[in-house]
Amino acid sequence: MAALPTDSATARRNQWLGLALVVLLAAVLPFFLSNYRVFQLTLVLAYAIVLLGLNMLTGYNGQISLGHGAFYAIGAYTAAILMDKFGVPYWLTLPAAAAVCLVAGFLFGLPALRLEGLYLALATFALGVALPQLLKYKHFEHWTGGVQGIVIIKPDAPFGLPVNADQWLYLFTLGVAALMFILGVNLLRGRIGRALVAIRDQPIAAEAMGVDISLYKALTFGVSAMYTGVGGALGAIAVQFVAPDSFTIFLSIAFLVGIVVGGLASVSGAIYGALFIQFVPNIADQISKAAPWAIYGVFLIACMFLMPGGIAQVVGGAWQRLRRKPGKSV
Amino acid sequence: MAGSPLARKDTAAAAGEAAPLLRVSGISVRFGGIVALDNLSFDIAAGQIVGLIGPNGAGKTTLFNCLSRLYPFTGGDITFAGTSLSAVPRHRIAGLGIARTFQNLALFRSLSVFDNILLGRHCRSGSGFLANALRPPRIAHEEEDAAQRVAGLVRFLGLDALAAAPVAAMPFGTQKRVELGRALASEPRLLLLDEPASGLNHEEVDALATLITEIRDRLHVTILLVEHHMSLVMRVSDKVVALDFGRKIADGPPAAVRQDPEVVRAYLGTGPATAAAGAGR
Repeated sequence: MAALPTDSATARRNQWLGLALVVLLAAVLPFFLSNYRVFQLTLVLAYAIVLLGLNMLTGYNGQISLGHGAFYAIGAYTAAILMDKFGVPYWLTLPAAAAVCLVAGFLFGLPALRLEGLYLALATFALGVALPQLLKYKHFEHWTGGVQGIVIIKPDAPFGLPVNADQWLYLFTLGVAALMFILGVNLLRGRIGRALVAIRDQPIAAEAMGVDISLYKALTFGVSAMYTGVGGALGAIAVQFVAPDSFTIFLSIAFLVGIVVGGLASVSGAIYGALFIQFVPNIADQISKAAPWAIYGVFLIACMFLMPGGIAQVVGGAWQRLRRKPGKSV
Repeated sequence: MAGSPLARKDTAAAAGEAAPLLRVSGISVRFGGIVALDNLSFDIAAGQIVGLIGPNGAGKTTLFNCLSRLYPFTGGDITFAGTSLSAVPRHRIAGLGIARTFQNLALFRSLSVFDNILLGRHCRSGSGFLANALRPPRIAHEEEDAAQRVAGLVRFLGLDALAAAPVAAMPFGTQKRVELGRALASEPRLLLLDEPASGLNHEEVDALATLITEIRDRLHVTILLVEHHMSLVMRVSDKVVALDFGRKIADGPPAAVRQDPEVVRAYLGTGPATAAAGAGR
């Protein structure tokens, strides 16, 4: 399993430089792509935020969740309801979605403290299957729009910037994602990140060294849900529509697939995982219209066999080899 | 290493003999019908190395687990530097100044040697999730300070060359040293060592004896040592407490405890060969 983000001074500077370069590249990308591709990449960024949050919980802290689609839905509906019913500007819905999901995640995390492994998986699964139905409940219909869902309007670029709505939303999402990743890396590379891994590896020793396990696990659940909610809100704004059937249990499973394929307990793995869950179903569909999920399954199994540590580990290893001087053996 | 980063003001020593650092008074632990500890009492003065001996199942690790609050005790009380442990939750024990190692190793397997020891500093900071995510200069300095202290400890323990390596790849003896480092990183006043010599060869046991004395003399840490390796216990301890079936059967200087007829009987049933049997391990 990947280690914590490294902490030596030069390595850290290189990391930030690398990140800045990636963000810069990502920022010019939409000007060379069709609006549809730009829309797809906006979703990739939203998913990447979700996967970073889920990875904190499952990869770093060892709490499995089969129900993060529920927090994604809560974030999406928070944004949609605030925009549709209250006329709140789209960007203000993000802190709201973050706060709602932080509280929801923390409250769900408290009883989940009693559960571990497969039992926690089942409890989160229950959350994931139950939530879409609750969204259809007729007494909430005034807010949620019931089965019909809510249609929201795509925001235009502000200040007369010379970009279209798709490009603007992509750039906005990129900015939010960069911020969330910086906060996430900070959190994971220091005292808290070490404590999360310690709880996963050896809870009794972690507690003996002073880690308040209950508090940390519940807070991690909250922070993880918060990331997922922000991703959900961004996803809703990008898709311009929320409905219960967009947030089935399949979405939760896709998130879990994303962090495993991308790389458990790795930050960059969230981006690779997001690319996978956005594009591999499309590619599978192009290969075979008749049985796209069979193709998807083949891709998935191939990933597990060829890259058991996730894409992040393979990319990280290749990067290390490239940087080594040619004379040195690996 | 001028002015060791591990040095600490020795307030406990000033208190003197009058108030022991740790006082175990009349505690009992029962698992169902089994009495694991039976009305156990003893004191540890600041700066002492105390050996805790007894046959398997005598209750030595049970006592450690009471001190770590893993097991609840009944009857009496345990006080540490005047604070009763009965109301202290598990995760506050390290912050109070009690650190421990584990009999069967409890390391964080996916972390490096350095990060394992760094985790020992967790209880020396109260910074939360938000502060760490925002990482203002205060937090960055705190992390740097922790890393420097751990680097000092890593040198002290002779682990320099291995600091960046994953701990899971290390041999058993090294892993035990890492656990010791992790406990020391929390700047304990009392260090609980649970069978630190098990699995070590003869030279390693010698080195361990030196290390234990150094930890007390240079870092001013009081030590409670559970160990089967009798020659080690007799060599480093100022005082030895012997348990059998959860009861204290002897308590005094090593030479006296070694001769104690009850201790001899507990180990061998009969006969004077106790010390020799212990040393033969």
